[in-house]
Amino acid sequence: MLELRNISYHVHSPEGDLNILKNIDLVVPDGCLTVFTGPNGGGKTTLAKIIMGLVQPTEGQVIWNGQDITECGITERAKMGISYGFQQPPRFKGLRVRDLLTIASDGCPLPKSEACAYLTKVGLCANDYLDREVDVSLSGGEVKRIEIATVLARKSDLMIFDEPEAGIDLWSFARLTETFEDIHRERNSAMIIISHQERIIRLADEIVVIADGNIAHQGTAEDVFPVIMADTLSCCPVINSKGERK
Amino acid sequence: MSGDLNHVDEALLELIADVTGKPKGAFNIRKNSGCSGRESTENIVITSKEDKPGIDIRIAPGTKNETCYIPVIITESGLSETVYNDFYIGEDCDVKIVAGCGIHNCGCEESRHDGVHTLHLGKNARVCYSEKHYGEGDGNGKNVMNPKTVAYLDEGAFLQMDTIQIAGVDSTDRDTRIVCGKDAETVITERLLTHGEQYAGSDMEIVLDGDNARGRVISRSVAKGHSEQVFLPRVIGNDRCFGHVQCDSIIMDEAKIRSVPEIAANSTEAQLIHEAAIGKIAGDQLLKLQTLGLTQEEAEDCILKGFLA
Repeated sequence: MLELRNISYHVHSPEGDLNILKNIDLVVPDGCLTVFTGPNGGGKTTLAKIIMGLVQPTEGQVIWNGQDITECGITERAKMGISYGFQQPPRFKGLRVRDLLTIASDGCPLPKSEACAYLTKVGLCANDYLDREVDVSLSGGEVKRIEIATVLARKSDLMIFDEPEAGIDLWSFARLTETFEDIHRERNSAMIIISHQERIIRLADEIVVIADGNIAHQGTAEDVFPVIMADTLSCCPVINSKGERK
Repeated sequence: MSGDLNHVDEALLELIADVTGKPKGAFNIRKNSGCSGRESTENIVITSKEDKPGIDIRIAPGTKNETCYIPVIITESGLSETVYNDFYIGEDCDVKIVAGCGIHNCGCEESRHDGVHTLHLGKNARVCYSEKHYGEGDGNGKNVMNPKTVAYLDEGAFLQMDTIQIAGVDSTDRDTRIVCGKDAETVITERLLTHGEQYAGSDMEIVLDGDNARGRVISRSVAKGHSEQVFLPRVIGNDRCFGHVQCDSIIMDEAKIRSVPEIAANSTEAQLIHEAAIGKIAGDQLLKLQTLGLTQEEAEDCILKGFLA
């Protein structure tokens, strides 16, 4: 179980102090799917990065399975069972898809069948991709799907995905959604997915709407989805919150 | 192969030429300026030069799927040599040539090997030429290697040249000259690692001298410590041709890298491109590998290993 206690993140800028996250309290139970959503710049990615150790909070604690891991580094957290899929994954000249999947599996030689299974889950064919370098020869969508496959290969207890749908075509997105559904059904891993996609939001056990550094809303899809629609559509000059023309 | 090879020699040979035991095919193993073993085959004949140190390798036209090994090892501190090896590769051949040099220097004098290789590729011949350089030793003596490779490609010939400097070479001046005739093609990949106070210079010239000649240079290097690297790849297009030079370097610590790719067109039909980039390891690459469970040091090694693979 993941617990965030009073997490805040402030930065100093020439324009003055910015409060990116303000006193966030949150619990992500084992095996549950939590979706972070909300407007751009609201603090979703920063919060996810704080969980992985990519960003250090200025206040608060990150508790993982009862242990305070706030001071732990990225590698240590990865070894404790937390994994992270970047919104914009880096490319590597000379490292092949096979190499990344092997590293993700803690360096154990990865049988082709297993590598193939991870790639299939993100809509890629292993025969076409295993020996390709993860460099500029791959499209943004391909790199993104390989990124997600490396997170799946970690088999971690908590998987964090930052906008997994970004840059992915509709067909691959449908396959990816099925993969998230499968993981969710098995309940072996908890997931935090940052997303704006209705199909993913509707899969969630809990939706956390993060806006202006705060948790604006929190609850089940049934509770929170109408609120999101109302918030979104209240700004729309054409359609009201009931979906009718104004 | 003669029995004068000890375990240090054998380790060097495995590292620079992937040779364990007696090589399969024609071979000449040069150790401390002598010959530690030589064998010709029906199609690949190796003979000593009469007028200067080195060998002539003659490969009969039409020879296919054969490999010729000509590694050099030096284990005597203070030994310095210039060796001339000439290859005459007949028409329609498809062969591999495995060169390479390994120096084990435990003394305090400089050990030096200057290898001058000249390759003549006949019409439609295909050659895969690989060369690895490696130095080691716990003395203060420097390990110096200055390879010069010259290749003339006849009509339709193809030369793939893979050169790797693994580690431990204190100073190297690499000189490569390739001339491609009509429909000939060359692909050169160069991988270089320098560390400590080492210096590596690579001067490369590819002349695309015939209609539809093609040349590609892919150079990747890593400079660590206080080492220094200078790259001068140059492609000259004299006819309807295609040339591409790509130099990528990772710079670390207090190292210095200078990369000066040059393209020169002497024909309106020449299509030439060059790219060069020098930069440190990207922070997001390190972070990504750390999220996969590697420490920062392991992530760095992994990125460098992949980059130079």
